[in-house]
Amino acid sequence: MSAKTMKRVIIEPVTRVEGHGKVSLLLDEKNHVKQARLHIVEFRGFERFIQGRPYWEIPVLVQRLCGICPVSHHLAAAKAMDVIVGADKLSPTAEKMRRLMHYGQMFQSHALHFFHLCSPDLLFGFDADVAIRNVIGVARKYPDLAVQGVMMRKYGQEIIKATAGKKIHGTGAIPGGVNKNLSIAERDLFLKDLEQMLAWGRSAVKLAKDYTVEHLEKLAPFGSFDSNHLSLIRTDGALDLYHGNLRAINAGGEKIFDQVDYQKYYDYIVEEVRDWSYMKFPFIKSLGPEKGWYRVGPLARLNTADFIDTPEAEKERQEFMGVTKGKPNNITMAYHWARMIETLHSIEKIRDLLHDKDLQGKDLVVKGQRRSEGVGLIEAPRGTLFHHYKINDQDQVVMANLIVSTTNNNTPMNLAVQRVAEDHISGQPKITEGLLNHIEVAIRAYDPCLSCATHALGRMPLVVEIFDHEGQLVERRER
Amino acid sequence: MSEKITFTIDGKTVHGKPGMTILEAADSSGVYIPRLCKGPGLKPRGSCRVCTVMVNGRPQAACTQPAVEGMVVENDSPAMLEFRRNLVEMLFVEGNHFCPFCEKSGNCELQALAYRLGILSPRYPYMFPKRDVDASHPEILVDRNRCVLCGRCVNASRDVDGKTVFEFVGRGGHKRIAVDAEAGLGATAAAAGDKAAESCPVGCILKKRVGYAVPIGQRKYDKAPIGSEIEK
Repeated sequence: MSAKTMKRVIIEPVTRVEGHGKVSLLLDEKNHVKQARLHIVEFRGFERFIQGRPYWEIPVLVQRLCGICPVSHHLAAAKAMDVIVGADKLSPTAEKMRRLMHYGQMFQSHALHFFHLCSPDLLFGFDADVAIRNVIGVARKYPDLAVQGVMMRKYGQEIIKATAGKKIHGTGAIPGGVNKNLSIAERDLFLKDLEQMLAWGRSAVKLAKDYTVEHLEKLAPFGSFDSNHLSLIRTDGALDLYHGNLRAINAGGEKIFDQVDYQKYYDYIVEEVRDWSYMKFPFIKSLGPEKGWYRVGPLARLNTADFIDTPEAEKERQEFMGVTKGKPNNITMAYHWARMIETLHSIEKIRDLLHDKDLQGKDLVVKGQRRSEGVGLIEAPRGTLFHHYKINDQDQVVMANLIVSTTNNNTPMNLAVQRVAEDHISGQPKITEGLLNHIEVAIRAYDPCLSCATHALGRMPLVVEIFDHEGQLVERRER
Repeated sequence: MSEKITFTIDGKTVHGKPGMTILEAADSSGVYIPRLCKGPGLKPRGSCRVCTVMVNGRPQAACTQPAVEGMVVENDSPAMLEFRRNLVEMLFVEGNHFCPFCEKSGNCELQALAYRLGILSPRYPYMFPKRDVDASHPEILVDRNRCVLCGRCVNASRDVDGKTVFEFVGRGGHKRIAVDAEAGLGATAAAAGDKAAESCPVGCILKKRVGYAVPIGQRKYDKAPIGSEIEK
């Protein structure tokens, strides 16, 4: 078929991925989808403009990439700088303070995504009336859930403030350690609400689980496909959101590589540039760009982990893996369930840490042999986050490479868009708002930074334009 | 000659000694006059003009103007507040002051002044000048993006350290702080313990590798606004 008879549907902007994204669909004359792409159309340039900056500034500077999970960038950069200053093993207080910060971040970010951004789709239906399919609608019909989301988020944010100094863009992690410990007063404040948060963590898992199991027939194929999965993993195979080695598995659960020291990540992961997106396409080097792409984030982490080291989350993990009989779960919409299991895991970890006296320790910073290159990885709420820096002998950054979580999920999100477009748009004569939302629901399952800012009020600024084969605008829908 | 000078600032009677500037007399009387280029223990330059007060109806720099018996000084008035806001806003737009990630945040006199003067954002367009970073010294970093040309380092190096490491070069918009070696600060006699290295009110001259060591909430101006250490 010639390009002249094709129609191009543009959804722009989808929302922000630290900027703007758009979806383009190429349809033939019978509206069959020939191509579906998620384009990230804004260029940030962080890797370039931090060159020349002093290395100790980087953990505070680069977290400005994001207002939703800055802690992840803050900690990944700090971990890279630990390598630079030769801090091979942090003091117990420093590592535990950072972990507390990170679990607080995970708890609040996952709660925000589930309760504020996604629950409207799940509670009201993908194509429900847009007037009620938003967080205000949730607050009206399910006020207890809305409050739960807000209070869980607040708890996590207060933990971030106690560990980083500010709820957003703090300074807690410094090269080689942290700049404060947790006071008894701060600890007691968190202990006061801990039981409620644990209860809410449990009920959130139940909500996501019941929804997924009840609608499994519809959800299983929705935007789904087999994929590789990648995450950090503890040396004993446990889920570890703060530190570990790299493990990648294929869709059947076989290991592609395991316990790889991430200081050499570039021997295993490479990035491809495509001319239609500013977001790169990472893939596993040994498999090549066609077969080497992978998923990261909660779904990938549950698939790669052998177990979870907190009892309640482990029980939930076993139930989750039971759905696919112990094999990797490749259902895109299962991200939500996996995310809530991690939320429960995070609050269990917070509980354990709050009872640990090391948090009141005074030994905050260690240093060792200075190095000129460092890599820091962390499991951010949205997936594996890579920070890689080279430093000159005047303490300035000369090279930076960041692979952010959403970038890892670039190919999967594109495939999810493609699958939904094929299943739900192909052959449809009219583009409806509900149809647009199906695409968003698939993207949103990945919790990319895409879904953050604008969708929070149910007003994801979507524009779909359909052009005929002569390039004339035949239909435009906007909201 | 009397041993005591008496005058008023905003109607309040203050006392000073002969030879004192208005700023010194005000400080000793517990009256805060905002200032930037005048550093503690350093000679005044009168260059930033943030300490400008109205003396008998005429604008004068309080850091250089001698206190005189019976003078009537206007300091904390709406007009002077507006004047100072304008000056500080211009300092902000003239450089590259990214407080959100600057390690001097919370300890920065320019930032603290902005908070004290109630500045939320400048009214003037940012100039985003291209400035360089001199990291050649093993212990001291010079980030000219944040320089406000106060000259404290110049005075401190010359008058206290006896080294003349820093000096101004250029004129007008091209004026900048230079060091006395083409190869950068690392080739000068500058040392981490120098008064010049600790006199910078902003995040321009910094001791290396200690940034962010003090947590948010415990930094100098987290606890009390600038000037409150003087006010009674």
